[in-house]
Amino acid sequence: MSLDVARVRKDFPILDRTVRGGQPLVYLDSANTSQKPRQVIDTLDEFYERHNANIHRATHELGEEATEAYEGARIKVARFIGTADETEVVFTKNVSEAINLVAYSIGNATAGSAASPLRLREGDEIVITEMEHHSNIVPWQLLCERTGARLRWFSVTDDGRLDLSQADELINSRTRLVSIAHQSNVLGTINPVTEIAGKAHAVGALVLVDAAQSAPHGLVDVASLGADLVGFTSHKMCGPTGVGVLWGRRELLEQLPPFLGGGEMIEMVWMDHSTYAPPPHKFEAGTMPIAQAVGLGAAVDYLTALGPERIQEHEQDLVRHALAVLEDIDGLRILGPTEAVDRGGAISFTMPGMHPHDVSQVLDDRGIAVRAGHHCAWPLHRALGVQSSTRASFYLYNTPDEVAALADGIRHAQKFFRVA
Amino acid sequence: MQLESMYQEIILDHYRRPLHAGLREPFDAEVHHVNPTCGDEVTLRVSLKDSGGEPAVADVSYEALGCSISQASVSMMTDLIIGKPVTEAMDISAEFLALMQSRGEGEPDEDVLGDAVAFEGVSKYPARIKCALLGWMAWKDATARALANGNGEQA
Repeated sequence: MSLDVARVRKDFPILDRTVRGGQPLVYLDSANTSQKPRQVIDTLDEFYERHNANIHRATHELGEEATEAYEGARIKVARFIGTADETEVVFTKNVSEAINLVAYSIGNATAGSAASPLRLREGDEIVITEMEHHSNIVPWQLLCERTGARLRWFSVTDDGRLDLSQADELINSRTRLVSIAHQSNVLGTINPVTEIAGKAHAVGALVLVDAAQSAPHGLVDVASLGADLVGFTSHKMCGPTGVGVLWGRRELLEQLPPFLGGGEMIEMVWMDHSTYAPPPHKFEAGTMPIAQAVGLGAAVDYLTALGPERIQEHEQDLVRHALAVLEDIDGLRILGPTEAVDRGGAISFTMPGMHPHDVSQVLDDRGIAVRAGHHCAWPLHRALGVQSSTRASFYLYNTPDEVAALADGIRHAQKFFRVA
Repeated sequence: MQLESMYQEIILDHYRRPLHAGLREPFDAEVHHVNPTCGDEVTLRVSLKDSGGEPAVADVSYEALGCSISQASVSMMTDLIIGKPVTEAMDISAEFLALMQSRGEGEPDEDVLGDAVAFEGVSKYPARIKCALLGWMAWKDATARALANGNGEQA
């Protein structure tokens, strides 16, 4: 049975509101942040109204309930991404923090006095791609500056895929880490992560996958993905802001030194040194976003109940439809794959004679929410020879009618700016 | 529908036919400013001259990549300030900044701002204020640099 989108939409209270003078909201910015279903909002309310306490350290009933809810969310997330071992799930603030955690931890291993297999040396190489979000570029630039390692990258082909012909040259005996997006936040391209991970592992390199754009669609199965580390964020998958996830292989999380030091990440503390809690708590210093993690658990329950396959099927249908409808608009250039093959629900485009900010302003005036700019992927835009783009992104609650509204809005913008 | 209040015809005119565009010689200072949220950029040059013992704006030339709001704004700015004493140009700049920070509640003085009063509608859209200010901030920066180097003083 296919996804009952009308019923799904009823779960999202915000989709009922009007914007810009009484017009229905057409929300096509889910790759930026998704909307939240009633089930998640209620879970947050219930946590604060009934169970709020600090976790792991409160010696009372509320503390027990809060801890159970928080650790329960960890188990839900673990099952959602296909691991039986919830201690492989570290809660972070977002994907940026998940990636920085790994980068700083490797930096700490490099700077520390203890021998570590993670230590980077001058001449070691870290490989990323030109289609990464800034959060999977800048942390590695900083790590390379600190360690003398060299940053290298896959380039992107004209049709928005990774140029895999470079793989054997890029991934070599000097490669220590390969960090790539599972799905591009601009192009929608789904990258062949398993194939690249195979090459990386063959030379002894670690593989980190930025799954910010793929996890919301239930596309992350760590058992088959082939990665050593995977980061994703709650707010793009129907959950609250403020919490993200780093999944890592258990042995690797044990090897990685701490990133942030503080309360609850320790085993014992003396004035001159400390020992650390086992993972995942080793990486969860200070009071965590407890309610938000519990909310993420509810989001995962929500997505699981609907069924990731049904969500993906709905989104694939919608993207196929949207690509056809948008390609029909005079002058519109779609960045990235124009066929719905290995392609997720983000469609970025440019229009001759109209700046994306102006396109999005006209759309906003009609209640249509999209994103305009470089979408935190400036090098990718440069590589594609465009300054910026307009991005419409689709999720489980979007409909073909909203695709039609988008197309009408773009045509209206063409008339407004007199480019058609 | 508030689109027309933002995109007044005069703004679209400046966007389609920007005034004083292009980079020119001579110049006393050149700056490159970007809007990191959207990637809009402007390279802007300032040339100062001495005008009766005080520095004045001899020329402002620029190359800009960006939306209609940022392009129209820099176009109107150059038309407003070229030829004016720097102190007066700075006053105009302050008036424009105040208008952009007015959240649509400003009462712009057309005698001071000329065509740029059309930007009143833009001030209602927080996301676009930076677009409108990009060229002005670049000009202030370039002028401060030129003045710091002693340009525009009597020889």
